[in-house]
Formats: sequence, C-alpha cells, structure tokens
Amino acid sequence: MLRKLVLSMALFATPLMALAEGEVNVYSSRQEQLIKPLLDKFTASSGIKVNLVTGKDDALIERLKLEGDNSPADLLMTADAGRLYRAKDLGLSQAVESDTLKTAIPENLRDPENQWFGLTYRARPIFYVKDKVKPSDLSTYEDLTDPKWQGKICVRSSDNIYNQSMLASMIASQGAEAATQWAEGFVKNLARPPEGGDRDQLKAAAAGICDLALANTYYYGQMLAGDAAEDKAAAEKLAIFWPDQGEQARGTHINISGATVTKAAKNKENAVKLLEFLVSDEAQAWYAEHNQEYPVKTSVSASSLLKGWGDFKADSINLSELGKHNAEAVKIMDTVGWK
Amino acid sequence: MLLCMALLTALPILAVFAYVFVPATEVWQHLVTTVLTDYLLNTFYLSLGVGLGVLLLGVPLAWLCSMCEFPGRAWFEWSLLLPLAMPAYIIAYTYTGMLDFAGPVQTSLRSLTGWGYSDYWFPNIRSLTGAICMLALVLFPYVYLLARAAFLEQSICVLEVSRTLGCNQWQSFFRVALPLARPAIITGLALALMETLADFGTVQYFGVTTFTTGIFRTWYGLGDHAAASQLAALLMSFVFILLLLEQASRRRARYYHSSSKYAQIKRISLTRWQARGAVLFCSLTLLLGFIVPVAQLASWSWANWSSQVDKNFIKLIQHSLGLAIAAALFALVLALILGYGKRLQPSPLVSLAARLASMGYAIPGTVIAIGVLIPFAWLDTQLNQLSQALFNSKWGLLISGSLFILLFAYNVRFLAVSLQTVEAGLGKIKPTIDNAGRSLGLSPSAVLWKLHMPLMKGSLLTAVLLVFVDVLKELPASLILRPFNFNTLAVRTYELASDERLAEAGLPALMIVVTGIIPVILLSRSISRSRAGGSS
Repeated sequence: MLRKLVLSMALFATPLMALAEGEVNVYSSRQEQLIKPLLDKFTASSGIKVNLVTGKDDALIERLKLEGDNSPADLLMTADAGRLYRAKDLGLSQAVESDTLKTAIPENLRDPENQWFGLTYRARPIFYVKDKVKPSDLSTYEDLTDPKWQGKICVRSSDNIYNQSMLASMIASQGAEAATQWAEGFVKNLARPPEGGDRDQLKAAAAGICDLALANTYYYGQMLAGDAAEDKAAAEKLAIFWPDQGEQARGTHINISGATVTKAAKNKENAVKLLEFLVSDEAQAWYAEHNQEYPVKTSVSASSLLKGWGDFKADSINLSELGKHNAEAVKIMDTVGWK
Repeated sequence: MLLCMALLTALPILAVFAYVFVPATEVWQHLVTTVLTDYLLNTFYLSLGVGLGVLLLGVPLAWLCSMCEFPGRAWFEWSLLLPLAMPAYIIAYTYTGMLDFAGPVQTSLRSLTGWGYSDYWFPNIRSLTGAICMLALVLFPYVYLLARAAFLEQSICVLEVSRTLGCNQWQSFFRVALPLARPAIITGLALALMETLADFGTVQYFGVTTFTTGIFRTWYGLGDHAAASQLAALLMSFVFILLLLEQASRRRARYYHSSSKYAQIKRISLTRWQARGAVLFCSLTLLLGFIVPVAQLASWSWANWSSQVDKNFIKLIQHSLGLAIAAALFALVLALILGYGKRLQPSPLVSLAARLASMGYAIPGTVIAIGVLIPFAWLDTQLNQLSQALFNSKWGLLISGSLFILLFAYNVRFLAVSLQTVEAGLGKIKPTIDNAGRSLGLSPSAVLWKLHMPLMKGSLLTAVLLVFVDVLKELPASLILRPFNFNTLAVRTYELASDERLAEAGLPALMIVVTGIIPVILLSRSISRSRAGGSS
C-alpha cells in the first residue's frame, strides 16, 4: 500500500505546471462547455495551444492575487463586468493596445484604460405573463416599486451578482439614496422571498406565482431554444418588456462577459491574439448562436431568436461603474432585507 | 516531528484565524445591525434540526439492523448506507426539480384539482425545513454507520448479563447498549454537524442565509476579507467547542471490551406489526434518501446522455477516481501517524494541533482552499526568488500549481474523518497489547504494523472509504485549486447546475453517485464481518 502511495504521489507531482512556451493559459469563470469549443477553434486556426481552468470568478481572482507574479495565467475571463473591475482594482490586469479590439467593441463595453474588454452582452429586462399583464402597464424599473405590483414580482436572491450589478447601475445613475428607496419599494412588491435562479423566476411566473420577473435574456433564449418541452412551454407564456426606453431614459440594464490580460502574463502577445479572435466575426456569431447572447460587435447580427425580440436601447453607462458600486449595492440590499 | 505535521495540517486554518487580529472594520457594524442575527439563528436551527434528524434516523435504524430480525433485514443492512454516496447539493437539485411549484408534482396536482397559486398549501422545499430534510437524509448514514459498528462490536455477554439482571430487551437497549455505543454515536453526530456547517451548495440553492453563505457574501459581495475571515473564525470557534465537548464526552470514561467472548448475536425477533413497522421505516428512509433522487437523476440522464458522453467524459471519471484514491491513502497515512503518535506520547500540544487540524471538516471548502493557497503561494514565491538568484531561472509554481496542493487541501478538509475513525479503532485496542508487544521486543512502529494494523483493519478500511467518498463529492476546493485542463465529475455537475441546466447535470451527478456506491457497499460488508467470532 505504501508503495502504491509513493507511486501515486510521484504521478501527481509530475510537473503539470511545466506548460510549454507560447501556450496561452486561461482562468475562466465562463464554464467549460461555453468556452472550450471556441478555444479549440482558435487553436485550429492559429496553432497556439490553450490551457484552461474554470471556476468561480471571485475564487479565480483570489488565486490570481495569491499567485502574484508567478501566476501561470495569461488571461482571465469572467461572466460580468464587476469582477473585471475588481481584478483591475487589485492590480491584477494590464492594458492592451489593440486597434482590432478597439474598433470591434463599443466604448462603454470596455475599460476606459483598455485593461478589460467585453466579448458578449446580455440584458436584464422585465418579463411579463402575456395573459395577465398589458405591456402598456409597464414602463421603467422605477415603476416596479408602484403599489399596483404588490405581491406580483419574482426575482432571485441578492447574493447573485446580476442583481448586485443592476442595483450598482442605479447607484451610479441616481445616487445611493434613490437606489435605497427603489430597493425598499421593490422588495415590498415581491411575490415570495427570493429563491432559485433566473430560470426559476421565469418558470414561477409562467406557473402563476407572479406576473413579472427579472432575468437575463440568455436564460429566456435557452429555454425557448432548448430541448425541454416544459421549459419551452413555460417561456412561451412570457414576453419581454424593455424598460427605460424613453427619450430621456437611461435604457435597459445590460452586463457583459469579458476578459482581461493578467499582469503576470508570460505570453501577452498570444493572449491578445486570442482576445482578437474572440471578437472575430466567426467567434461572435458562435456565441450568439450557442448561448443566445448579444455579440458586442455591431456588424455581427444576433441569433434569429434574439432578433425576434426587437431592438432596444441599452444603458450606455460605462460598465466600470458596476464594479465601483458593488459593495454599496450589497449593503443596501442587506439594509432593505432583500434576501 | 509529530507536532510539525499536525501544525502543517492546521496551517491553512491558522492562516484564516490570523485575520482575527486585523482590527474590525465598519462592515462589522453593518453586519450586526442587518444580517448577523439571521445568520446565527438559521445556522443554529439548521444544526439543531439536522442533529435531531440524523439521530432519530441513524440510531434506531442501526439498532434494528444489527439486533433485530425482520424481513429484508440483510438487504437493508447495507443499502441504508447508500445515501452516503449522494452529495447534499445534488439531492437538493433533484427534490427541487420534483417538488417546486413549477415541477411535475405540483403541476399535476393543479391540473387534477383545478387549483391555482394560493388556492392550496404545499410545503416549500426551498426553505430552512427543506434544507434540514435534505441534509439529514444524506448525513444520517454517518450515525448509522458508527452506531451499527458499535452495536456489532459489543460483546453479547454484556447484554446477556443485563438480561439476567432483570432488564427486558428494550431496557437493555436503553440502559446498556445505547450508553456503550454513545462515543460512536456522538462521533457520527459530530461528523454530520460539521458537514452541515460546511455546507454551502444546499443552503445557497435554497436561499437559506447561514453563516457559510454570509462568509461568502462578506468576502465577495462586500469585498471585506478581514470581516469575512473573522466570521469564518467565529464559525471555527463554534466547531472547536463542539469538538471539545465531543472529546470531553469520551474522556470521562473509556470503553474497552474486556470480554473476548463473542457469541453469535441472537437477534430479537419482532412481532408481525413490529416487523411491518421496521420494514416501513427502513424502506421509507431508503426511498427518500436514495431511490427517489437517483430515479430523478436517471430520468434526466436518459433524456440527455447522448450530448454528454464523449471521450472527455471518461477522462472526468478517471480524474475523479484518481484524486479520490490518492487523497484517501494520503489521509490514512497522515491519520495513522497522528493517531499513533498521540497514543505513544500523549502531549497536550500535539492533541491541540490535531484538534485544530480536524476543524477543517466544518469549514467551507472555499475557505480551506484560500487558506491553503496563502502559505503555499508564499513558499513558491520564496522558491522562485531562490532559483532566480542561484540559477537565474524561474521554476514557476512548483507547489501551488500542481495537484499536490489539491491533495493537501483535501487532507485539511477531511482529516477529521480519517483521524477520528483511526483513533476510534486504536482506542478499542487495550494498552496491555502495546505493553505485551513491546516487552516481547517489538519496536513501536512494529507494534503498529504487526499488531495494531491487523487488529483495526476494519477502522482503517472505513477511514479510506469515507475519505474516498467525501473527495468524490467535494466541490469548492477542487474548483479553485485544480491545475489546467483538469476537470472532475463534481466540477462538471456544478458548472451545468449553476447555469441552471439541471437536466444536463443529471448524468455527471449520477456518475458521482454510482462511483460512490462501490466503496459504500465494501464498507458495509467489512462492518458486517467485523464482528469477532460471529459468522454473519
């Protein structure tokens, strides 16, 4: 048994970290199935191998921080802007000068100092039950605090970053006091204490627990495009309302999935090549088709499903603001009792 | 040497504890005025509920299966351990899928009766009570396992003596067998409670705010590492008290079986109604804790298997198995050294360090992972400075970039399991055996190798198998510490489930359960055989 132990230890200690020169190492909170196919395409076209670790955003940032200059990671990919801001804030990322990236990605979806770049975006609109709610009754996020919606809204827990980012965007545009008032009124209108994820809110609305739900667009898209018949049937009972569309309004809240080159990167050049590949027409179209997200590149069209939902005005706030106000948003949520 | 090892294992925990000395920030003020009471109360009720649940399921089941006779007993005896292979977060996914408002049960109820929302009452699975049920259903085997082993190891003579002294069968259970098995039952309870405190997946999925979810929210949402670590340290203090209590309950008395007469157990034969009750109790527990969730996973897998199975999937299984085997053996060796060392030279310092290291079991895997990274990343930095100076080249992350760090983290997390099992095994060997061995000229290590190890074969196997199953189910540390291009079944399950694709998560989840069943069955058989002198 002892021999076996020594043997297996030797096996595990063999330098897995001896990763060859020129290969790009990626820490990703985007899950494997949603990123690996694209990385494989990149390897096939460029000959550059990509190594991948997936995990939770915050934990990967922590690992990056503790590893310091010795970190093997060249690229950090996350599924929201707040975390990219945090990585930058901790001094873990570096600036990249690339005209390809600059022209492909709209200004508000990348860092003003070129440290991180949005690769896809998603919106967090209001979903309503077609049989119960007339779209003309809806207008803005602010309107959701109106007593007429009491006991009619479903939303997930405030532990979730999508809610934190949404509230952070309100703090950025209207200040903390207005955001607190909004959150207070909003929580009063909830149909039930928050539970489950975004899809669960949509299903709950379809099943009759509430009339309105907040969720990210791709969950709705995946329910409509997926194989599960019940999910599809549930999603078909709902429709999207894009809030805050007026002339003066700030637009519907959006967030990105994006990436940043790490400060410790040993292969910056190839990491940038990978980033540039991810905003190529091919990669952008793949994202749109497979995950029902909006491509950041305006010349690439969204999937036919997404196009069917119509155009909308997106909040044009620079997404760095989401990260800046995150902690404040969490405190407000604690204070107003948003579970 | 011994102290060094114990301290090394306790290092990650000490690294978190070190934050206690960072002055408290205004975040504490915020926590106290808003959410801390919720965290405390929920954690308290959760522990209380799960504790009661595992005792009420585990002890009677163990007694029925080892001391009574009823139809299907031999079969229930091993199958009641199966829920051990079911990770708590996975059983939570399956029951939510079934019992949710939008799930099949309530939907068909509504279509049958024509009721709408708020027309009827249905227990909400995503609640504190739901979390208690889920955790109790998969954690009761710890109590069942240890209590059964204790009942089986009791000499029948003790029970017979109690009968001659006028106890009836039930009295001899409450007055003799139960008190004798108490240390084992308490150990099982402590393991179950520590798992409960460390649980993140289930409570987070159900939206129950506990200490553990609070640590995460403070760390990431509020971005205050010091306050989060202080919360973690507070949690650890609870655990430390729990462990001290457990130890104190054992210290007051030692339980050696002084008689070597082990006759075949004459099982109590139950009356017809009693037997029916026993069968109902056993099958209901098994049904709810294992068969129903597995059936749900299987039906999800059936709908999705073609899109999941490819050569990468085989790799996932290999990785999970390899890690679990290596970690289990590593944990056994460590536990043997620490446990035997403590027996040879009982020193309060080593004892304390071992207790400290055992606390890892109650600490969320993510906290452990960060605690492990802090010292090892520092060590790597030092090594690289050295290599830079000596050879003008960098070695990269020798330790923190390899699988070694993950194995180490598993050991910090699961040492309690292997150490407690090994210590329980050692505790049953009378010190006179050591003395006899030594006086016949054996060295201390030879005593361990030639006398103790064969005598406590059962405990050693239990230690290996328990850690194996635990590592197979482990998620957070694997998620953070694994090297590039290395995935496991648990990671795959989590990724799909966290993207709210439960049905697709069915297959990897089912594979975790199936892989875990094999060691669980081995475990059960070894306990049945452990009864000295008995043939059953």
